[in-house]
Parts: sequence; structure tokens; C-alpha cells
Amino acid sequence: MSIHDVIKSDIEANDVVLFMKGTPQFPMCGFSGQVVQILDYLGVPYKGVNVLENDDIRQGIKDFSNWPTIPQLYVKGEFVGGCDIVREMFQSGELQTHLTDKGVAVKQAAKA
Amino acid sequence: MAMDAHEIERLIKEALPDARVEIRDLAGDGDHYAATVVSAAFKGKTRVQQHQLVYSALKGNMGGVLHALALTTSTPEN
Repeated sequence: MSIHDVIKSDIEANDVVLFMKGTPQFPMCGFSGQVVQILDYLGVPYKGVNVLENDDIRQGIKDFSNWPTIPQLYVKGEFVGGCDIVREMFQSGELQTHLTDKGVAVKQAAKA
Repeated sequence: MAMDAHEIERLIKEALPDARVEIRDLAGDGDHYAATVVSAAFKGKTRVQQHQLVYSALKGNMGGVLHALALTTSTPEN
């Protein structure tokens, strides 16, 4: 199975997938940590994929989405963005709407 | 090998000639910058596509030499 297929099956098998440096419990990079905080605040269940454990995935994910950095957030198989975009969407409430539109349960509505 | 702010601005303007570019050095190490880019080229594009335009302007430096670029993009109107 090619790396592309491995990634594809992962993001199709899980509603929300975060390709990150480190794990949700122990993020190893500030940017990955920021997205983890946002997802935890919203109470969104997600799968963390630690790209530091697999160089093929670390490079493969960048080719897969034509996005040069980590972290990368996927919702229902669709690339949402990296740290900047996820934070911007969260602050504007767009992330919560996007998640609920996609049928992903969100616990905490962002304060306006 | 780090990148300096002028180099980043030059590359972005080369690809997006009308762009207004503001670069802030976040850590003083030539590796962590914040950039605000305003260009009409972003019109009708999603945020991901807008950022991809800037990343392609940086010709592969993004994620390599340039570790972090906190990016904010917008079109001239908003």
C-alpha cells in the first residue's frame, strides 16, 4: 500500500484526523499543541497521527495535501488547514460551524 | 541557514506583484516569522488556496529553511 493510500484510508476511516508532531497527550511542537488545545476545548474526538514516528508519513502528508507544514487537520477526509487557519476559523466560530455541518459533535460553542 | 524578511517579501512580491506584504520576525532567529499578505489574487479563493499561493511563491523554502510562517491573507477590499 503506498503512503498516499495509507493516508487516504486513515482520513476516510476517522471523522477528524490531526497529523501532528508528537501525540495529543504530548505535543512536540507549539503549532501542533495549539490545534490540540482547540480540538480539546471543543471536545471533538479525533485521531492524532504522530508524523515524527514515520518519515514517510511526515513527507507523504505534505505531498498529499500540497501543504508544506505540520500540523494538518482533516475533517471527513477533507483538508481544513494548518495551525493558522484552524486558529483563525476557531476564533471566528467558523470551525464550529464547519464541524457541525459535517456532522461532527462539538461540545463547547465559542464565546462571541 | 535562515531566511531574512526582505527575501520573503521579495519572493512573495515576485509571484504576487500587487501584494502588500508585512513581515514580523517572531523570534529573531530568521526561522519564525508572521506575515500579512493582501492581494487581489486571493479573490474567490479559500484560505487554504490563498496560503498555498504564498507557499508556492516561497519556492519550497516553507517548511524547510523557513520553519514557521504565521500567515494571514486577505483581499484588498476586506
